[in-house]
Amino acid sequence: MTNSTLSDRRGIRLGYRANLVGLSALGVIFLWVVVALFAPHMIPHSVGEIVDTDYFGPMSRDLWFGSDYLGRDIFSRILMGARYTLGISLAAVSIACFAGVALGMTAAVAGGWLDTLLSRFLDALNSIPSKLFGLVVVAAVGSSIPALIGTLAVIYIPGAYRFARALSVNVNTMDFMVVARIRGERLPYLIASEILPNILGPVLADLGLRFVFIVLLLSGLSFLGLGVQPPYADWGALVRENIGGLPFGAPAVILPSLAIASLTISVNLLIDNLPTRIRDRSVE
Amino acid sequence: MRKQVSSLVIRRLLIALITLVIVSFAVFFATALLPGDTATILLGQSATPEAIEGLRNAMHLNDPAILRFLRWIGGLFRGDFGTSYANNVPIADLIRGRFANTMKLAGLTAAVSVPLALTLGITAAIWRGTLYDRFVTVATIGIISVPEFMIATLAVLLFAVYLRWLPALSLTNEIKSFHDLLRVYAMPVVTLTFGVSAQMIRMTRAAVVETLNTPYVEMALLKGASRSRLVLKHALPNALGPIVNSVALSLSYLLGGVIIVETIFNYPGIAKLMVDAVSTRDLPLIQTCAMIFCVGYLFLITAADIIAVLSNPRLR
Amino acid sequence: MTRNLVEIRNLKVEATTDSGRQIEIIKDVSLDIAEGEIVALIGESGSGKTTIAMTLLGYARQGCRITGGEVRVDGIDMVSLSESERSHLRGTTVAYVPQSAAAAFNPAITIMDQVIEVARIHGLMTAGEARAKAISLFRGLSLPEPETIGSRYPHQVSGGQLQRLAAAMALIGQPKIIIFDEPTTALDVTTQVEVLRAFKAVTTQHQIAGVYVSHDLAVVAQIADGIVVLRNGEIQEAGSTSKILEDARHPYTRELLAAFRPKAQERPPESEEATKQALLLVNELTVGYGSRAGSGEPLVSAVKSMSLRLDRGRNLGIIGESGCGKSTLARAIAGILPTHAGDIMFNGLELGRAGRSRTRDELRQIQIVFQHADTALNPAKSVEDILGRPLTFYHGMKGKARDARIGELLDLVRLPKSIRHRRPGELSGGQKQRVNFARALAAEPTLILCDEITSALDTVVAAAVIQLLKDLQRELGLSYIFISHDLSVVQAICDEIIVMHRGQKVEEIAPARLKAPEHPYSRLLFSSVPKLDPAWLDTLHQDAEQVRTYCHN
Repeated sequence: MTNSTLSDRRGIRLGYRANLVGLSALGVIFLWVVVALFAPHMIPHSVGEIVDTDYFGPMSRDLWFGSDYLGRDIFSRILMGARYTLGISLAAVSIACFAGVALGMTAAVAGGWLDTLLSRFLDALNSIPSKLFGLVVVAAVGSSIPALIGTLAVIYIPGAYRFARALSVNVNTMDFMVVARIRGERLPYLIASEILPNILGPVLADLGLRFVFIVLLLSGLSFLGLGVQPPYADWGALVRENIGGLPFGAPAVILPSLAIASLTISVNLLIDNLPTRIRDRSVE
Repeated sequence: MRKQVSSLVIRRLLIALITLVIVSFAVFFATALLPGDTATILLGQSATPEAIEGLRNAMHLNDPAILRFLRWIGGLFRGDFGTSYANNVPIADLIRGRFANTMKLAGLTAAVSVPLALTLGITAAIWRGTLYDRFVTVATIGIISVPEFMIATLAVLLFAVYLRWLPALSLTNEIKSFHDLLRVYAMPVVTLTFGVSAQMIRMTRAAVVETLNTPYVEMALLKGASRSRLVLKHALPNALGPIVNSVALSLSYLLGGVIIVETIFNYPGIAKLMVDAVSTRDLPLIQTCAMIFCVGYLFLITAADIIAVLSNPRLR
Repeated sequence: MTRNLVEIRNLKVEATTDSGRQIEIIKDVSLDIAEGEIVALIGESGSGKTTIAMTLLGYARQGCRITGGEVRVDGIDMVSLSESERSHLRGTTVAYVPQSAAAAFNPAITIMDQVIEVARIHGLMTAGEARAKAISLFRGLSLPEPETIGSRYPHQVSGGQLQRLAAAMALIGQPKIIIFDEPTTALDVTTQVEVLRAFKAVTTQHQIAGVYVSHDLAVVAQIADGIVVLRNGEIQEAGSTSKILEDARHPYTRELLAAFRPKAQERPPESEEATKQALLLVNELTVGYGSRAGSGEPLVSAVKSMSLRLDRGRNLGIIGESGCGKSTLARAIAGILPTHAGDIMFNGLELGRAGRSRTRDELRQIQIVFQHADTALNPAKSVEDILGRPLTFYHGMKGKARDARIGELLDLVRLPKSIRHRRPGELSGGQKQRVNFARALAAEPTLILCDEITSALDTVVAAAVIQLLKDLQRELGLSYIFISHDLSVVQAICDEIIVMHRGQKVEEIAPARLKAPEHPYSRLLFSSVPKLDPAWLDTLHQDAEQVRTYCHN
């Protein structure tokens, strides 16, 4: 356990308490972010270059993670794959959560027909299984990277909406909302200043959870050959490419899976072990 | 009270119906967005403009979209799912056997995962905070966090590659004995069970923990009730609604899972059919498969909703 | 008396805070209870009164544990017993009556099955005998339809009845001592009288000792033989009820008693009738909930044809029991709820039927302050932001001017300036309510609607808030409308009192002029307010017919 306490200049004691699991999860996520940002400078071999005469080669001193079905360096391909998996997922989750949360807060505060209409429509979209939704939309609009980002975002807007709306509806029943309304405040103030600060924490946790869903869905689509298309490859596509190595237990098929798992498990563990803010009145 | 319940249930059913209409709308128009002209795709780039125009008329492709949508919906109701573009076979014939296959897979998975998950979920809640509970919690988080294809590949690696107990592929036509059944279904069912159970364990545990924290369970404790009485008489009857609800919700997860599992194990079910249809851009087939999935999913989540209403003791 | 039934010696209970620190919440408490004696534990929230009472069951709530001392009940130390040994004594030797019976009854099991569960768990008697005993207890607790009430589910009976049923549940195992955990706090006063009478009758009849946890000295005076005053987990003073009431030694006890005897209105009598100026005139107001049919009638009317008048600089009290429509009336005046019929004149001008149709200045002039400061203050904002917003919104203040004004407002409500950067969660209940009030003052209103603003506060804190309101009225020339269920609060500050019942005005009383109300409901309501006199309950005579007519317990 580590315990850090910061004391701000006004003399209010604010403490944050984080545990080891949360910190290590944060470390793994940070590592992958760094890899995604600087992958081109970190890869030992070019991703397209055939460096091994054998295919599905084992781990070695030169090829740390072995080689793939064409004899390319799988370590370099995983590092570069991080850019696609993290980049596409992050873009999609940002769009989904921004749109979903904005709509959710508006619906909760405005109420009436706007709320009914939005809720009906988005709940209907929510009752299409996400993978199926992905399949249908990819069939329709193709698998270019912007199309993938858009598709993934649209699929997860209803979930983000529902979550944010439920939270906002709770906040909306509070007396301080009544006070603000009867003061004569308008919708934008109510949303931005009264509701948002109260739901921000859970919304950020939900964003993390949704990020995991998106990573899994993107990987699933790529695994089916409907996600990121060659010559680019995200982690799901790497598993697909090298599925032929499964009978030999090749590292080329196992390690990209582990890369996905390390990211998604870390995000989930971080959410479950978020640093808790201490507001201990007895300290004062 | 009864009147209130029936009106709530009718309301849920109505919502499900409206949702179905919106969903079919979405499915139809998403596929109608397909770039490229269907007639051109079917006849090839070399076809004459007259031939293409003729086919367009024959297929009613020149009609307004809304008319085509209504015609399509009407067809679905009459059991006429249209004809596959890819091989010109009636879709009804294509899906018949495969639908049964998928149902078999789903049924087997449910039969394994429901008892397993309920046992683990309820016991973890009862022994909350113990090592056992922590282990179950961490394991479920782990499983929920990884893609299905990873569980599937690990299963293949373990059972087919290292242990050589099972074949890597499922082919349903060679079943002659129980042993065959086990060999063929083991890996798809195991893979699906992992995902479905993890969801169900989490939700069940949460539902039971919540009821164990209520003042009436504390009251029963202060009346001298034993631990087993607290759980069996006071907590579980009240958690039953949420638990059944979680079962229905988790089973809906099956629908997503089969898409990957059928593909990876080459299992001849609806999901595999649909993935193939997406790669050949076989529009009518995609639409039909998508509707089957949506109806199944909607059925499960509506059932979960209705169970939640029925299980509220205050409405009894 | 050879041995006491309960002997608590050097009890210590620790709790774990959010940050994982251990703090002692009960510090070295010792007390005795004799056979058949009822001892009250009195104190404000957080004083540890419930925690001490629970240790008699060998129980500490989640996050707490008993760390020292012993709790001997009938000679057995509950602290050193194993959990299964304790469970044998729970329900049979020590029984518990919870604060909220509504939450403590399992919603899925019939009342009878829950009442006789103790007998079943401990194998005390056959199910048939237990049922017969339960019915006789129901009768003894004067519950309606004693033969059949047990076959209902908890949500099918009222709160007052549930509270008595919880007592039946505690009595069935013939315990030696019963713990009453604020059992009447959530009830209306007229219902409270019934429930208190029932409790007193059964404990006397069955010769049962009791621990009565409460914050209300007057309630305790009726039922307890002895009183223990607690604060911060320590005993401040203990003694017989009459000794504590008449000859309290400890300053905190005196403070409690003083808070209970509010000073009467001390203002010069209005000399000239002519200077009276109507600030607010409400005429035939009807407010309700639910969709309106074509006729414009609400589905459920909470306020029916209500008229009232408030003169400038005067205070009006509106009292009534839960569900009488008093809060709805306040919300309609403030513009939160749209009215269905009638009109509201403010300063001689007619106000819009809903807040939306009122001007910003009209909204500014009438401010409303809610009961629960916890939900009325946005927990995510600092005190500074909470007070600053109305200043900017109504008066366009910014920067230094605004900062200075926030300082003045904090001064006005007697709060230190140092709290301006804190959030509501870091303030005490009384401080929060002052901030809540300061926000209303920031608008510079002429009329403040106070909706039960002292009900959630401890007695001493509430008295201080009332004093503050009086002072501010003198300084700022405000008018208040005071909504409360608590007669003493309203009497302390109001020039006129309206009694409401089922959405209608029953009577208008001016306490200064005539003390005795005339309407039977007002008389019932006023007579039901407990007095510090221990003989009050025994000498109180209420017409049973009227109780039935006006109470919905």
